[in-house]
Amino acid sequence: MRFELLHRCALTLGFAAVGFLFLHPPGVHAQGGEPQYFAIRGAKVVTVSGPPIEGATIVVSRGIITAVARDAAVPPEAWVIEGQGLTVYPGLVDAFTDVGIPTPPPSAGESGPPRRPQQQARGPEDRPASSPWRAAADEVSLSDKRIETWRSGGFTTVVCAPKGGMFPGQAAVLDLAGERAGDLVVKSPAAIPLSFQTTGGFGGGFPDSLLGVLAYIHQAWLDTDWSVKAQAIYEKNPRGMARPRYDRTEAALAEALEDHALVLLPANNTVEIRRAFQLIDRWEVKAGIYGGQMGYEVAPEIAAKKLPVLVDLKWPEAEKDGDPEARPSLRALRFRDRAPSTPAALAKAGVKFAFYSGGIAAPKDILKAAKKSIDAGLAPEAALRAFTLSPAEIFGVADRLGSIENGKIANLVVTDGDLFEEKTKIKMVFVDGQRFETHEPEKPKEPPKGDITGKWKLAYTTPEGAEESTADLVMDKDGAISGSLGSSRGTANIISGYLSGDKFNFSINMVLDQGPTDVTFSGTFDGTSLKGTISVHGMSLDFTGVKPGNGVGDAAILGGAQ
Amino acid sequence: MRISFSMNARRAPIAFVLLLPRFLSALCLAPSGEAATPPDAAPVILIQNTTVMTVSHGTIEHGSILIKDGKIAEVGQSIKAPTGAQVIEASGQFVIPGIIDCHSHIAAEAINEGSVSVSSMVNMEEVLDPEDIDIYRDLAGGVTSANILHGSANSIGGQTLVIKLRWGQPAAKLPFEGAVPGIKFALGENPKRSNFSIPGQPRRYPATRMGVAETIRGAFSEARDYKKTWDDYHKRVAAGEKNLIPPRRDLKLEPLVEVLEGKRYVHSHCYREDEILMLLLVAKEFGFTVRTLQHVLEGYKVADELAAAGVGASTFSDWWAYKVEAYDAIPYNAALMTRRGVLVSINSDDAEEATHLNQEAAKSMKYGGLTHDEALKLVTLNPAIQLGIDNRVGTIDVGKDADLAIYNHDPLSAYAVVQKTLIDGRVYFDRDKDLASRAEIEKEKKTLTDKLKKEEKKPEEKKPEEKKPEQSPKPPALSAAPTAQARAVQGGAL
Repeated sequence: MRFELLHRCALTLGFAAVGFLFLHPPGVHAQGGEPQYFAIRGAKVVTVSGPPIEGATIVVSRGIITAVARDAAVPPEAWVIEGQGLTVYPGLVDAFTDVGIPTPPPSAGESGPPRRPQQQARGPEDRPASSPWRAAADEVSLSDKRIETWRSGGFTTVVCAPKGGMFPGQAAVLDLAGERAGDLVVKSPAAIPLSFQTTGGFGGGFPDSLLGVLAYIHQAWLDTDWSVKAQAIYEKNPRGMARPRYDRTEAALAEALEDHALVLLPANNTVEIRRAFQLIDRWEVKAGIYGGQMGYEVAPEIAAKKLPVLVDLKWPEAEKDGDPEARPSLRALRFRDRAPSTPAALAKAGVKFAFYSGGIAAPKDILKAAKKSIDAGLAPEAALRAFTLSPAEIFGVADRLGSIENGKIANLVVTDGDLFEEKTKIKMVFVDGQRFETHEPEKPKEPPKGDITGKWKLAYTTPEGAEESTADLVMDKDGAISGSLGSSRGTANIISGYLSGDKFNFSINMVLDQGPTDVTFSGTFDGTSLKGTISVHGMSLDFTGVKPGNGVGDAAILGGAQ
Repeated sequence: MRISFSMNARRAPIAFVLLLPRFLSALCLAPSGEAATPPDAAPVILIQNTTVMTVSHGTIEHGSILIKDGKIAEVGQSIKAPTGAQVIEASGQFVIPGIIDCHSHIAAEAINEGSVSVSSMVNMEEVLDPEDIDIYRDLAGGVTSANILHGSANSIGGQTLVIKLRWGQPAAKLPFEGAVPGIKFALGENPKRSNFSIPGQPRRYPATRMGVAETIRGAFSEARDYKKTWDDYHKRVAAGEKNLIPPRRDLKLEPLVEVLEGKRYVHSHCYREDEILMLLLVAKEFGFTVRTLQHVLEGYKVADELAAAGVGASTFSDWWAYKVEAYDAIPYNAALMTRRGVLVSINSDDAEEATHLNQEAAKSMKYGGLTHDEALKLVTLNPAIQLGIDNRVGTIDVGKDADLAIYNHDPLSAYAVVQKTLIDGRVYFDRDKDLASRAEIEKEKKTLTDKLKKEEKKPEEKKPEEKKPEQSPKPPALSAAPTAQARAVQGGAL
């Protein structure tokens, strides 16, 4: 099975290479044939573990930091980078994401996400929506374009977790560079994330409510505990004793717990956070929570429980296409107003917390969101720590990364100024001592004409027949396009795109039949509709796009829906 | 038209229409309770010059109630205010024990695990939502305790609990301390589901009332075996046997064992006489008693059997014909069962209905001729006994919890509006304060809305003009606000 996996990875790499030829996305690229020794001389070094050092030299040897000091000797074999005017930070960590696992995952075989069972689950014994044996470390693939996107934004490390179901699988700490998928893995398993999502609402089998979800998870932990004990008793003297049944869910959970993996519970608002306290007490597991955005109300309680918090940086906002007549409650308004003050409250209460992207698609927006919490009272040093040493501590890898110290992994971000200033540019990134230079993303030549932001229905005809996709586009002032695209084939984030004058162009990367493939949409935006071509594998298709809601759109959708 | 629509909707099986009341209440504007902070405990309170309806020992005109440490310390004609006491001057007003709703679905983030017909592994306590605005709305209707039930999609539903409506407190502070936990059963159309189907969902066993009976019997047979397995294990361990693999714990069967052991009350949703008698037989077979029958609209037909079995009945005042099994309902049900010796309560099964349970109780005076006190008991002492909390609440007696509702008229009058609601001697609802705080809340809402609009729109500042219309406020919605709010607090005078 392992061989098969490797083989698959190799194939994936091949396709990724083809994709590269096809489209050259902006971003960072490894410099071929570089040596393994670097010295950054005379830069400001923000170590995080200690005070910043002005005019310091950092020596990197074969992936490891071997010296950090004002007068550190530069070994003769090192490439010297003059650091005047530059600031060096530890590589940033996105503390909870699925960056590293392409969507959809490389194969739907053994390691794929839990599929909807043929027969609906009739109770906990059917182990609904559970795949705790899936390991991010096994599913990581270099074909995930977001690896490059994240890295170019200063993120050298992610805590990557599989998605889907109540026990989606085991999270791993990954460094975002390597020749083979296995090079990326720093620690596995690092965590067992839980999700309280039901298996598909009323009618989707057990469980179909939060009630059932919690009952199921209780039972799964009890069963895991029982199986460990029962197996031990059986092993002592199997003669004459009925053999305890093997169960994959129990076995995987037991193994992960033995490895001291952190159990991560979703808990965003006060009710959920306090509910998490009770669940953790009941389960008696080493735990943390993710979400945490209403932490401003309960920070001292979290501190008393000594729970680490992964703070979701996707701050709550009004629903984008929400009912304009809706009048949100005062509580909801306060939440939207105060959520960014949570990190400051957590810091004040002494809670250990780390930041995660939470569905933000562009790394620069992750830093922007963190800046919001700085504006809401969080010390910039504390914000930086929540991106570096704190996540390293929470996931038990602070002995190897998270700060700039002698002997630690050479994960570095080199900028021309303060990380949280909007005008600051990331000049280069080191991952495991490998240098990546950043290039400015392609800029639109002309200012955009109109605003392409919104949900679009795209209709086109493939050799397999009529299809449609939904494009959720967000345009910046300068015309840069981000967002995501979804169809029956899956969902993918937009890697890059822009609107220049009335010409638009955006690309996604998704796994088609042949593997990861770049798909580019380009054409003309006349203010209300899109018209253009989709390019895949050198082949192109015509498409049209409309916004549902205006009369034209509705007609087109009706037409498109068979 | 609107009323008949909502009546029907409310009365349809709660399991499936649960979202609807939620939706309806979302249409009303939240009363000021949304800025919830729990009230400070006042160690000593004197309510004076008021009509005290004790429920247990008659009505005291110009009476007083002294509250110390959350308990009723003294009830009588004239009590001198101790120094430092907070005095509530309630002349012309009426104090009753806080209303107890024996069938409620408020304060929960989920109601129904409808996927399986035996869902005893789920527990309402784990999904309590202390921020549900319906808690506050029901407080404004004088309700102080409620039996939070699982839905009725399953023959054996989830574990249930009694809460106090301590608005503003965290979920862990809501459960009624020491109250016996319960479990929801359901009979008839909802669990058998043969007269409706849910899109995308295959038919589920059982599909008949016979099947419901068999499902309950099957579950208790399993529970009995499970108990025996554990008893055997404990015996063998006690006998000194070593190296035994313990049985697996089963969260579905554990609460059923508790029922068999009398440690958990059964509250069963039911309508027809035949299914009611069926459940009594099954209960007898397994040696447990049914604590309450819920809805029990044909209870008047089998009142003697209920009385003989010592089963409580918790019914509606006058809702009927909203589905096939509710055709034989009569508004005399509560009174007839009471007269035959059944312990009867009137419940809401609905957040809005719960805001005027006093009026629902009053109907039994017109239909069936219950006395004033008997009617009042239907929503105070009787549900307290049914839920096993009558040692703490349900009447105004020395030593009981100071859970009280103060009305401006006789609570069984249609004009009665709650002025204050106290739980544990704390004022959790105060009508004057609510009214006074509304302007402040609207102001904060407006400030925040404007601020957020600015912040969240920032990246799109240069939006073309076409966006403008969306941002303009809608005056009609705003002007409708006060009416809706007033209705929410006045208890939805129908």
